[in-house]
Amino acid sequence: MIWVLFSIAFWAGAWAVNVRLAARPSGAGLILPAIFGITILVVWEGMVRGLGVSPVILPTPIAIGARFAAELPTLWADFNQTFVKGALRGYAIGCGAAVLTAIAIDRSPFLQKGLLPVGNFVAALPIVGIAPILVMWFGFDWHSKAAVVVVMVFFPVLVNTVAGLKAADQMQRDLMATYGATYTHNLFKLRLPAAMPFMFNGLKIATTLALIGAIVAEFFGSPTVGMGFRITAEVGRLGLDMVWAEIAVAALAGSAFYGAVSLIERRVTFWHPSQRK
Amino acid sequence: MSRILPILTVVLAIISIWYGAAVPMNTAWEVDQAARAGVPAPVGMDLVAATLAQDRPVLPAPHQVAAELYKSTFGLKVTSPKSLIYHGWITISATLVGFAIGTSFGILLAVGIVHNRAMDASVMPWAIASQTIPILAIAPMIIVVMNALGVQGLIPKAIISAFLSFFPVLVGMVKGLRSPDAAQFDLMKTYNASAPKVLWALRLPSSVPYLFASLKVGIAASLVGAIVGEMPTGAVAGLGARLLSGSYYGQTVQIWAALMAAAIVAAGLVAIVGAVERATLQRMGYREGAR
Repeated sequence: MIWVLFSIAFWAGAWAVNVRLAARPSGAGLILPAIFGITILVVWEGMVRGLGVSPVILPTPIAIGARFAAELPTLWADFNQTFVKGALRGYAIGCGAAVLTAIAIDRSPFLQKGLLPVGNFVAALPIVGIAPILVMWFGFDWHSKAAVVVVMVFFPVLVNTVAGLKAADQMQRDLMATYGATYTHNLFKLRLPAAMPFMFNGLKIATTLALIGAIVAEFFGSPTVGMGFRITAEVGRLGLDMVWAEIAVAALAGSAFYGAVSLIERRVTFWHPSQRK
Repeated sequence: MSRILPILTVVLAIISIWYGAAVPMNTAWEVDQAARAGVPAPVGMDLVAATLAQDRPVLPAPHQVAAELYKSTFGLKVTSPKSLIYHGWITISATLVGFAIGTSFGILLAVGIVHNRAMDASVMPWAIASQTIPILAIAPMIIVVMNALGVQGLIPKAIISAFLSFFPVLVGMVKGLRSPDAAQFDLMKTYNASAPKVLWALRLPSSVPYLFASLKVGIAASLVGAIVGEMPTGAVAGLGARLLSGSYYGQTVQIWAALMAAAIVAAGLVAIVGAVERATLQRMGYREGAR
C-alpha cells in the first residue's frame, strides 16, 4: 500500500513541477519529457510492487534493467542478427532499389500514372503477411528477413522519391535549360537535391518499417538467435523480463536509427525551410 | 479515364511477371518428381502446364490463388473453419474494435495536449519517440499476458490494433486542432467563448480533414495489428492464423489466398473511410481538393 501511495504522490509532485516548468516563457527543453519518462518508470515500479503484480505478468523496470545488464552478450548477438544483418541490409537494398526505380520511371509519365496508384495501394497493404512466403523462399537465416524488409521499405520510398523528383519548380528548370544542361546535369544538380526533403521523409518512415519487418519475419522461422526469435521463445517460457529487455533494445535501435537518418537529413537538406533555425 | 489505361498496363505487367516467375520457380520440383518416378522430365508446354498446376508450388500461379480465394469465400459455408469469410470477419471485428479504441483515445489525448502546455511538452516527445519503436514486437507478449489474465479472443488483438492506430490519429488531431488561424481564435475571444466552446465550434470542425487523413492511415495500421496479433495465439482463427498455419504446413496457395483476402479487406476498409470522408467533407462545405 505504501508503494501505491508513494507512486501517486510522486506522480502528483512531478506533474506539479512540469506544470510550473511549462509555464515559464523560456521553455524547458528536454527536462519536461525527461521528468515525464522518469515519472512513468517510478509509477510502474511502485504500482507493480504495491499491488503485488506477478512478475509473470508485468516485471518491474528494475528487474528488467538487471536482466538487461546480465544478458548483454545475448542481447548483442540478437541485435547483430536482426538489426545489422537483416534490417540494415534490407533497408539499404530496398531504399537503393526504390530510388533507382523512381529515377527510371520518372522519364515515363505513362509508367508514373500506372505505378503510383499501385504503389500507394501496396503501401497500405498488410505487407507483413508476405513474411511467411519469403521465409519459405530464402530460408531461416537473415536473407529472408532482409527480403521482407526490402519489400516493406520499397514502396514508401518509391512514392516519396517520385513526388520529390517533381519538386523542382518551373523557374529552376528553365534556368537549367538556359544553361543548356543535359538530363544528367539536370538530375544531379537540380532535381535530386530538390527531391531530398521528400526522399528523407520516405527514408525516415522506412527506418521503423525495417525494424518491424525484420522482427516479425522471425516469428515465422529463424535460427536460434535474433530479437523476434528471443521474444517468442521467452514469451513461451514466461520470461517476461527478458522480453522487455529485447523491447528496450528494439526501442533503442529504432530511435537511434531514426535519429541517425534525421541527422543525415539535417546535413543534406540544410537549405530547406523546415531545417532552418 | 486517362488513368485507367496505365494502371491496367501495370497490373497486367505484374501478373505476367508473376506467371513468368512461377514457371522457373516450380520447375525444380517437377524435375525432381520425374526423376523419382524414373520417367523423363516433361518439357515445353507440358512442363509449363505442370508447373502451373502443382498442389504445393513454390510460387502459385495467379489463377490458382484466385481459384482458392473463390473456393474459400463462396464455395464453403460461412461457419466452416476453412472459409475465408469466417476468418476475415474475425480479423475485421478485432480491427474495428481496436480502431475505435485507438481513435477515441488518440482524439482525447490530442484534446488534452492542445489545452495543456505541460501535457504537450511532456507527452508529445514520447508519443513521437514511440513511433520509432517497433510496437508489433510487443504483440506476442500482450497476447500471452492477457491470456494469463484470462482475457482471450477479440480484446488482446484489438489492443494491439488500438496501439497501432492511436499514433497517426494523435499526431493528425494535434495538428488539426491547432489548424484554425489566429484571426479565428481572436474572433472566438471577442465572443468571450469558453475553452470547451472554442473546441466544439472552431477546433473540432477545422480538424475534420486532418482526422480523416489520419483515419485512413490508422485503419490500415489496425488491420496489420490485428493480423500480427493473431499469429502468436497458436493460429486459432483469423487471417493471420491462416497465414501461419499455411506456413506451418507448406500450403502456399492458402497463404497467398489469405494474403489476397487481407489486401482486399485493407483496400475495402480504406475505401469505406474515404467514402465517409468525401460525404462528410461535402456536407461540411469543404470543396474537393481544397485543404
